[in-house]
Amino acid sequence: MRAMVYRGPYRVRMEEKDIPSIEHPNDAIVRVTCAAICGSDLHLYHGLMPDTRVGMTFGHEFTGVVEEIGSSVQNLQRGDRVLVPFNICCGSCFFCVRELYSNCHNTNPNASAIGGIYGYSHTCGGYDGGQAEYVRVPFADVGPSKIPEWMNEEDAVLLTDACPTGYFAAELGEIKEGDVVVVFGAGPVGLFAARSSWLMGAGRVIVIDHLDYRLEKARDFAQAETINFTEHDDLVMHVKKITDFLGADVCIDAVGAEADGSFFQEVMTTKLKLQGGSPVALNWAIDSVRKAGTVSIIGAYGPLFSAVKIGDVMNKGLTLRSNQCSVKRHWPRLFEHVKNGVLKPSEIVTHRIPLEEIAEGYHMMSSKLDNCIKPLVQPQAA
Amino acid sequence: MAYTAQKSKIAYDSNELRNRIPGWGVDLDPKDRPAVPKEKFNPNTGAHWTFPERQAERWPRERSPEHKFLTPVFGTVCPPKGISGMIRRYAYKFSEGRAAHWLLLMGADRVDVLESRVTGLLTGRPDNPITEAGLQSEIKHHGLRSRLGQHRADLKHQPLDLLIMVGTWLAVGSAIYALGRAIAQNGSAER
Repeated sequence: MRAMVYRGPYRVRMEEKDIPSIEHPNDAIVRVTCAAICGSDLHLYHGLMPDTRVGMTFGHEFTGVVEEIGSSVQNLQRGDRVLVPFNICCGSCFFCVRELYSNCHNTNPNASAIGGIYGYSHTCGGYDGGQAEYVRVPFADVGPSKIPEWMNEEDAVLLTDACPTGYFAAELGEIKEGDVVVVFGAGPVGLFAARSSWLMGAGRVIVIDHLDYRLEKARDFAQAETINFTEHDDLVMHVKKITDFLGADVCIDAVGAEADGSFFQEVMTTKLKLQGGSPVALNWAIDSVRKAGTVSIIGAYGPLFSAVKIGDVMNKGLTLRSNQCSVKRHWPRLFEHVKNGVLKPSEIVTHRIPLEEIAEGYHMMSSKLDNCIKPLVQPQAA
Repeated sequence: MAYTAQKSKIAYDSNELRNRIPGWGVDLDPKDRPAVPKEKFNPNTGAHWTFPERQAERWPRERSPEHKFLTPVFGTVCPPKGISGMIRRYAYKFSEGRAAHWLLLMGADRVDVLESRVTGLLTGRPDNPITEAGLQSEIKHHGLRSRLGQHRADLKHQPLDLLIMVGTWLAVGSAIYALGRAIAQNGSAER
């Protein structure tokens, strides 16, 4: 089969690989019909995530058709069209039965701090991802869901990570009616977090980024106020001024490891890889939120230490909430929102690229070319 | 006013927002939010086992010592190999709380890249720094227009990406050249 393959930092190519096989009775093999490149794939692409091995296939956002099932699979049949959450979860461990699917304890032998994730390094279990023609889906009776007849495939693929993760980011903020919410980062997750903040009753939503085209999308898609941080010498001071020197009630870090805004941190983290991620966005969030406010951290960071302003967290009495999104838990409500037209995930898709052009897709996304926000990958030849 | 008990008018009125934003407030009640409360006991996850059947271990699978045993399901792609594999196996002797664990893994990743460059050459699939870096997209997707006059913060460090990309090839090329030159000079000195 044809698959995207990692060749080292800033290098990927398409290669022929063996079609994955059933390795466990509850496995399914899914023929991928649509995949996406996620912003967090860039952490792998840039060589930031430990134990990212040459030869791995990335891609944790995908939809497909069930091609083969293991002997114990009961809930799926060959030919079913499915969307697959990015979390690989067993459904029976301490965490899964408490609906904390992203914290599954039975799918990632390489680390105990995080569950298994498709195509996300051996730190997340060493599974190949969906930027390929076929993918192995463990615990097929637990994770995947059949795509409803009424659902568009591009909406479905965004419901495997970006949309629920953004919605979950807003949930973590514990937003109350009239709250001022500041979202750091106008990538896909930031856009969904901003849009979801309104659903939870926010009184004002402000999105911060440095890319004008993404801020324009935040205004159109999420009807948010926007700030380009490059236009302000002191971003935190500006946020304080526009919130009557009180600060925001809720700040959402939807940026994570590769935050811009400090050249020093950029070199220390992205280039020299000496920290688990640039803490610039997170520290701006900590500084910009009001005392006793909530900071929701949904941006992905690596497992090494990062220089976070924990003293301010303590002195301000902040609540910090974070996790990887347990996607499956959010589906019933989000399916409802998509069906009712409250959310239209596919509105953020900007590019559709064939698998053959995967290297160009990664470079385009990494270098933010062509107003790229969300590229979809089409693995099947047209 | 931040210095009195009431907030000043820094947010919009809810009624105005209800009219302006489709779906405003549909999840205002925390009970309607899927992740509230944080832990919700749900035995109907689709699992029909108490503990999953164990996947066959086809080779000694590396695992974090923070796990009691090898998890019943695991990924089987890219088993450790070569020098990078030795470093990786050693790294998994340290817990996730130790910097040594992660720094050894990061080091192994870099060694893996060098090993793969060599094996790529030997197996007839050499790496192509231009196509694998996706540089054609600079032309197809408006490389210059996307950067010029855009006030982007990342422009300050993007040249470093180029340095990293070509740096390994320059370093390896220089090393080969220096080695070849040293051997040639040594040979002529002996004559």
